[in-house]
Amino acid sequence: MKQDIILAGVGGQGILSIAFVIDNAALKQGFNFKQAEVHGMAQRGGAVQSHLRISDKPVFSDLIPKGVADMILSVEPMECLRYLDFLSPEGIVITSRSPFVNIPDYPDIEKVMDAIQTVANRVIVDSDKQAKEAGSPKSQNMVMLGAASPHLILEETNLTEFIRILFAPRGDKMVEMNLKAFDLGRTAAIKC
Amino acid sequence: MKQEVLLGDEAVALGAIHAGLTGGYSYPGTPASEIMEYLVRASAKEKSFVASWSVNEKVAYEEALGVSYAGKRALVSMKHVGLNVAADPFMNSAITGANGGLVVIVADDPGMHSSQNEQDSRFYAEFAKIFCFEPSNHQEAYDMTRDAFDLSEHLGVPVMVRMVTRLSHSRSRVQPRSPREQNTLHFGKDTDWTLLPVHARRRFKHLVDKQKDLIMVSNRSEFNSLRINPKNTTLGIIASGIAANYVIENYIEGQEYPSFLKVTTYPIPEELVKGLVDHVDTALIVEDGYPFIEKNISGVFGIDGKNIFGKLTGHLPSTGELSPEIVRQGLGLEALPKRGIADFPLAARPPQLCQGCSHADTYRALNEALESYPESNVFSDIGCYTLGALPPYNAIQSCVCMGASVSMAKGGAEAGVYPSIAVIGDSTFAHSGLTPLLAAVAANTNMTVFILDNSTVAMTGGQPTFLSGEKLVKVIEGMGIAKEHIRSILPLPKNHDENIHIIKQELTYKGLSVVISARECVQQARKKKRSRT
Repeated sequence: MKQDIILAGVGGQGILSIAFVIDNAALKQGFNFKQAEVHGMAQRGGAVQSHLRISDKPVFSDLIPKGVADMILSVEPMECLRYLDFLSPEGIVITSRSPFVNIPDYPDIEKVMDAIQTVANRVIVDSDKQAKEAGSPKSQNMVMLGAASPHLILEETNLTEFIRILFAPRGDKMVEMNLKAFDLGRTAAIKC
Repeated sequence: MKQEVLLGDEAVALGAIHAGLTGGYSYPGTPASEIMEYLVRASAKEKSFVASWSVNEKVAYEEALGVSYAGKRALVSMKHVGLNVAADPFMNSAITGANGGLVVIVADDPGMHSSQNEQDSRFYAEFAKIFCFEPSNHQEAYDMTRDAFDLSEHLGVPVMVRMVTRLSHSRSRVQPRSPREQNTLHFGKDTDWTLLPVHARRRFKHLVDKQKDLIMVSNRSEFNSLRINPKNTTLGIIASGIAANYVIENYIEGQEYPSFLKVTTYPIPEELVKGLVDHVDTALIVEDGYPFIEKNISGVFGIDGKNIFGKLTGHLPSTGELSPEIVRQGLGLEALPKRGIADFPLAARPPQLCQGCSHADTYRALNEALESYPESNVFSDIGCYTLGALPPYNAIQSCVCMGASVSMAKGGAEAGVYPSIAVIGDSTFAHSGLTPLLAAVAANTNMTVFILDNSTVAMTGGQPTFLSGEKLVKVIEGMGIAKEHIRSILPLPKNHDENIHIIKQELTYKGLSVVISARECVQQARKKKRSRT
């Protein structure tokens, strides 16, 4: 059993928080995993991605080969398109429909959505709306993790356990908001 | 002991702690920063060893060398170009030798994710004639770093561990072993450590004589593995470090496997290489970085009757980072089916200065002040403010290496550039900007130096800086620059006009001016606020 996931988004959107939760849930379930991430210069508002590989066999390459990813999980719609060539022909795209516009030439969002529609397996979530409903516009990452959760080879309870651990240092209210964001994302994805 | 989830960098740090580390030193630089970040956190908790950010890599190296002289175990870590800064003590430490274990961690950046070049540190290890490990995964990063201390003490030389970005910044499981005690104080021999020619000649011969021992250790290292497939004499593969993973990734279980040698130690394990090359007609050499092994094997004339393929022969690309699919192509295997991106016009999303960043305000004011000077030139330096090269600022014309802004502005001014401007951050200034500024003071060069003081090493994640605020002003004053030409501006939109006015005054002054533009990094301010609540 294996799952290769490309996490995508923009620096500052909390991609590494998603990775933290998935990594630790995978560890708890006894999986091998490797997770390559981007630090340094690219983090400053640029496109960021992380390669996350979970398997019951040893994982060798830190990078997912092109054409092998089982899932692209993106907190930003255009960013998921950037990595489509990593996706296997049967792979699934789980993406937010809320654009993060910090560049002058951001393409027409309708065209971005049309391009996403060309992927047969897809889950599209309004993460901005769900995050606001959860009480924190910054929790879009947890909304998207929730949206991905029915498609992950990881138990929901293990994911929520590490969301608690991740946000515990910032208080109970923060933990509750992020758990709610996760739940709203999960519910929205199941309805899709 | 319990398994841990660690970055490659953190695995190195934990390996060093468990090896009985006494002192760790570093200057921040991607992708090496997380080694010292981990050591600093662990040291704050355990208080049993020193973990310290240094003013630059040369200083860090020498601090580590002092620990080694005293008989204790020392680690120094840096990014690849940091070793250029530390090259003087590095080369000479191979001559003095190590007393307490001395381990140099160098993180290379193939593909230049966050660097100005992709130099390969294995050449430095060979140049200095020291031993080098190249881990391929997290467990090896931990184990090799631990072993590097033993080997350094056993061979009496510093030992390098060469990391690359993909391993430094990848996270995986590590199984640690029981930690051991630190060494006790025992001084190095003065005649070995005092490199007067009379001693240095003897020590260099000693180092040269020791090379056969290094090669023997490399040949016998348990981290290298040679798998000969007796049925296949056509193709063999030699892959080093993480490149070995990309090779394995492309051969599915049960498939006909070419003979395969994984190299993780240097000097090159000659016997193992010979074992593989003797068995096959063609050897493909796969390495992330420069063609180090390939060049060593093929030399000038190649090997009669053998094909040695790799980067030099165009079978793999000579620049950039390897990936599983690039290696797949090099292996001559059919490409995997994948989805196309269609023809969707993606917009690039390059890194940029944060919302509210002080550098943005400085650049806006500087750009406007320079409007009436079409012949001006802004020499910049290394830090977040290098992003001023990109739109919408397009504010700088150079970025070469740490501190080069000040020295290049002086050279530029002497060649006739006016206004000749240097832009440098507070930490980069402390690292390598002080000495060239002293030279500019002595010559009273007609140039303007901007020191952008955001009181942190921002680009690498907010490490402490040595020269900021009032202390920075005092140091500048003490260097002998005319007081009326040391100006301070507060880079905020509301001060825009006033700042332009001040900058213009200093541009017209025929001599050396320093403009200190000081405001705290917005990311750091946010972090502080968060930790207070």
